[in-house]
Amino acid sequence: MRLIVHNMMSCNIKGVVNNFPLRIEAEKVIEKEVDFNPDFLRHMFAKIEWKALVDGARSLGYTELPDHAPDTAALESDESFLRQFHHALLELHLEEGSLVCPETGRKFSVNKGIPNMLLHEDEV
Amino acid sequence: MSSRPELLAPPEIFYDESEARKYTSSSRIVEIQARLSERALELLALPDDGVPRFLLDIGCGSGLSGETLSENGHQWIGLDISASMLNVAVEREVEGDLLLGDMGQGLGLRAGVIDGAISISAVQWLCNADKSSHEPRLRLKAFFGSLYRCLSRGARAVFQVYPENIAQRELILRQALQAGFGGGLVVDYPHSTKKRKEFLVLTCGSVPTSINEGYKESCSEDDDSEDEENGMVGVSDRNRPRKKQRTNKKGKGREWVLRKKEQSRRKGNDVPHDSKYTARKRKSRF
Ligand SMILES: C[S@@+](CC[C@H](N)C(=O)[O-])C[C@H]1O[C@@H](n2cnc3c(N)ncnc32)[C@H](O)[C@@H]1O
Repeated sequence: MRLIVHNMMSCNIKGVVNNFPLRIEAEKVIEKEVDFNPDFLRHMFAKIEWKALVDGARSLGYTELPDHAPDTAALESDESFLRQFHHALLELHLEEGSLVCPETGRKFSVNKGIPNMLLHEDEV
Repeated sequence: MSSRPELLAPPEIFYDESEARKYTSSSRIVEIQARLSERALELLALPDDGVPRFLLDIGCGSGLSGETLSENGHQWIGLDISASMLNVAVEREVEGDLLLGDMGQGLGLRAGVIDGAISISAVQWLCNADKSSHEPRLRLKAFFGSLYRCLSRGARAVFQVYPENIAQRELILRQALQAGFGGGLVVDYPHSTKKRKEFLVLTCGSVPTSINEGYKESCSEDDDSEDEENGMVGVSDRNRPRKKQRTNKKGKGREWVLRKKEQSRRKGNDVPHDSKYTARKRKSRF
């Protein structure tokens, strides 16, 4: 699971209000190279919850992202920022570990990079 | 898919390890799913600006449909309820991110973040109650409601579906419209039993810029089976009288015959060789 997905995921348990972001407990992190595409990054930037991305990247061991989201001008001109954003969003994978619901503490395990988001019957 | 797998077992049981492998190693299935996915992507009508989009593949299985998205440069999340299917996807090193989940439980995704969704040969599974707690109507409702929320305004979702009968088709459509979607059904090759394919094309938020029509067979007879229902594109019944299902006057054509012969040869059958006479019409004296 990459952070682009983590940033979009919320806990789906019935009745949970404080459902985002899922806390990451990392056991194994891997990196895979992805083609750099500034247009795609600019397109995604507006959708991203910045703090969740920064915290998510930290929990995967990557600390280069600025604490505060830069303004959109940086997206046009600042290539080194775009590269960091690219790396955090698309190249880091949580391979083994868990995602934890911020409200209930329910753990969703991640195996071979795949989060198991199946709910138990009493959670639906 | 000769009989309906949906009727045999729940999806996470039916698509076990051996079925997942069998499914993905059949060149026929690979080809069909790729073609369906291409068509679904076309119906998604994403802006033609070269920018990759962030898409969803619902019931992604072993990644056959998602691969079409990758080939077209897009990033995607694939959701499936079968761990075995997802394992095959991992082995095949698909580029999308995979989630193990049940669409009938609703999608746990934030509002407005997804640029479009496709789902190939999967949603009809929701019409079955596989557990005593399952109520198809409620599961479809949870699914479409959550899908509507996570799509960005103006985004589309395209579902290629195999409904078992009219009631299922209507159930799916009704739940989609109740969730707030606009749109309707696009039927490709409505007069061919084999080639006929249905796509439910849904739009989220803004009014659709007219959904383009399904591919039609050449010279079909006039078309009274496709009623206009609530302004939707032709909703027609699969089980039409036999007479109607015979296709056009020209017959199936040389290409079709050659393909069938090739298929039969591959199965090891003794098939006459191809010549200039292949698939020609007989003179009427025969
Ligand atoms: C015929 S396969 C199609 C797979 C893939 N879309 C393709 O084109 O090859 C149908 C898939 O739908 C999945 N499926 C069925 N019910 C589901 C559910 N409730 N939630 C998620 N996936 C489901 C099955 O596990 C299966 O992988």
